[in-house]
Amino acid sequence: MTEVLPESKSSNGTYGGALLEVDNLHVEFHTRAGVAKAVNGVTYSVNAGETLAVLGESGSGKSVTAQTIMGILDMPPGKIANGEIRFRGTDLLKLPEEERRKVRGEGIAMIFQDALSALNPVFPVGWQIAEMFRIHRGMSRADAKKKAIELMDRVRIPAAKERVSDYPHQFSGGMRQRIMIAMSIALDPEVLIADEPTTALDVTVQAQIMELLAELQRESNMGLILITHDLGVVADVADKIAVMYGGRIVENAEVHDLYRNPAHPYAKGLLESIPRVDLKGQELYAIKGMPPNLLDMPTGCAFHPRCPYRQEKCVTDVPPLHTISGTRGSACHFWREVLDGDAQ
Amino acid sequence: MATPSEVVLEVRDLVKHFPLTQGILYKRQVGAIKAVDGVSFELRRGETLGVVGESGCGKSTLAKLLMALERPTSGKVLVNGKDITTAKGAELKHMRRNIQMVMQDPYTSLNPRMTVGDIIGEPFEIHSEVVPKGDRRKRVQELLEVVGLNPDHINRYPHQFSGGQRQRIGIARGLALQPEIIICDEPVSALDVSIQAQVMNLLDGLQKEFNLAYIFIAHDLSVVRHISDRVAVMYLGKMVEVGTDNQIYDRPSHPYTQALLSAVPVPDPEGREQRERIILQGDPPSPANPPSGCRFRTRCWKAQDICAEQEPLLEIRAQSGDHPTACHFAEASDVVHVS
Repeated sequence: MTEVLPESKSSNGTYGGALLEVDNLHVEFHTRAGVAKAVNGVTYSVNAGETLAVLGESGSGKSVTAQTIMGILDMPPGKIANGEIRFRGTDLLKLPEEERRKVRGEGIAMIFQDALSALNPVFPVGWQIAEMFRIHRGMSRADAKKKAIELMDRVRIPAAKERVSDYPHQFSGGMRQRIMIAMSIALDPEVLIADEPTTALDVTVQAQIMELLAELQRESNMGLILITHDLGVVADVADKIAVMYGGRIVENAEVHDLYRNPAHPYAKGLLESIPRVDLKGQELYAIKGMPPNLLDMPTGCAFHPRCPYRQEKCVTDVPPLHTISGTRGSACHFWREVLDGDAQ
Repeated sequence: MATPSEVVLEVRDLVKHFPLTQGILYKRQVGAIKAVDGVSFELRRGETLGVVGESGCGKSTLAKLLMALERPTSGKVLVNGKDITTAKGAELKHMRRNIQMVMQDPYTSLNPRMTVGDIIGEPFEIHSEVVPKGDRRKRVQELLEVVGLNPDHINRYPHQFSGGQRQRIGIARGLALQPEIIICDEPVSALDVSIQAQVMNLLDGLQKEFNLAYIFIAHDLSVVRHISDRVAVMYLGKMVEVGTDNQIYDRPSHPYTQALLSAVPVPDPEGREQRERIILQGDPPSPANPPSGCRFRTRCWKAQDICAEQEPLLEIRAQSGDHPTACHFAEASDVVHVS
């Protein structure tokens, strides 16, 4: 299992498949009200230097998948029912916690949405960044602090040297997110998972953070998994996109293909509900109904109660992820009709 | 909506400074947060004014001042010609009927221990003259139907509804007293993407049906453009540019507006490599100690000496085209199309 350790890092491509692969992952939550199937057979992969966007609404399972990859899912109530998560070919789910810990931070790192609650309020930010070096690299306090200042410079925090001993509450939202990013890239991870990294930020700050992430990705050729619900952010940075609904991937595509011609009614509905200038004053297209309740999923296709393409088959049969071409897939019985654009 | 109708809301030089104090027993004022610092505008019947700006620019304080939930430091808010900021007692209560609010977070703005019927009916308890007691339940059911909820759900509690449905309950409560003005403070930002369009359509439909005037506060610029007739851009407590939606989005003349528009990600990957971006450096300065002169000058790429010395007024300038802008070097330019 040594291939997951940093020694192999320079020898990029020792393993033939994708850098990180999630394969048929199933995650359930056992609650008093019943079993909530949060993730139902999710499969995606990301390569070095590539950006995969995972798009979905709250409850679609996009964050649970990410937490499972990182191994920070609360278990119980969470339970991994099935599936594999392969990093450089090694199934992380089978690794003992000790090995897993080495992958976390060095192999795969994560940025969270709300930096204020993700940072510890009672320690200086520099101390928190330096912790990565002290624990994973066994550095002395002084060396680790020096490294922390370097990282704060790298994520462009002004006057890093003076601010290294400041506490999280002394920073603005954008600066806090930069500190989170500094912590996550401290050990040069190969895959970075960003879970809604800019949702809590203003647009001008969002633009700064996205630019920073793109730059860091270029510098170190990281694979980036960007979890978001913002179709604009996806269009700006992603190479590939996976649209999630009700714990499943409903469409898998190159980003240009999806925006040009979506192959799943849900993706299509989302794109059509964006306000557009030429449609001002008209009613917006709205997807009917509401997202499914995970404790009481609809039969057949989870999207069928809201779908304009619904037919009897959709109520009874769960649609498999049909391959449309190459890497593109759509979990809709009627993807051909969706591509052609004629709703029933 | 070009036909000018009567002005229902007029705001003149509105200022709100929150005092900053020091000391525990003997508090002395050491400064002030200048949350809203000289804002003026008009709102006509049936019109929507969109207010955009970053967090901390004073959007929500402005909303509270208009609702008379905060008393301004100076300035006037005239609702149908009467100043709500100096009104008291019965008069204030009567004026409040006319201006209602829809809150951002439908999860915290509804009392979990009250039924939907009680929540929507509460305005009638306070303003008991609007609907006689016996008709209230019927009226609440009518309201539920207007916002697209099942009238039979009148006895349910908020937790039995989804986020979008709760926002509809909040809207029904805002409509209960048949106001002329509704202030929507980020009404869709807490909702899922697929639900946002539903609530936007509802707000749009209600406006047409009841000829409501909206103040629509939001940070999502494409949503604001869709619903607004006019848009005001705020920065650190001041309006920096005001115009019709086309003037602001197609010919923005204030550097801040241009930066704001160009920062919005466009939901279309075609040509993303060529897209020009103005990325502002740093964060907005603190409203406790705003820069002298133009408040945007610390982040502005056009700033010169005059910007630190002289505060630019919100007025129509030669280069800005046809709408008022608060920049010495205003120049209309079509940065990016936010659709």
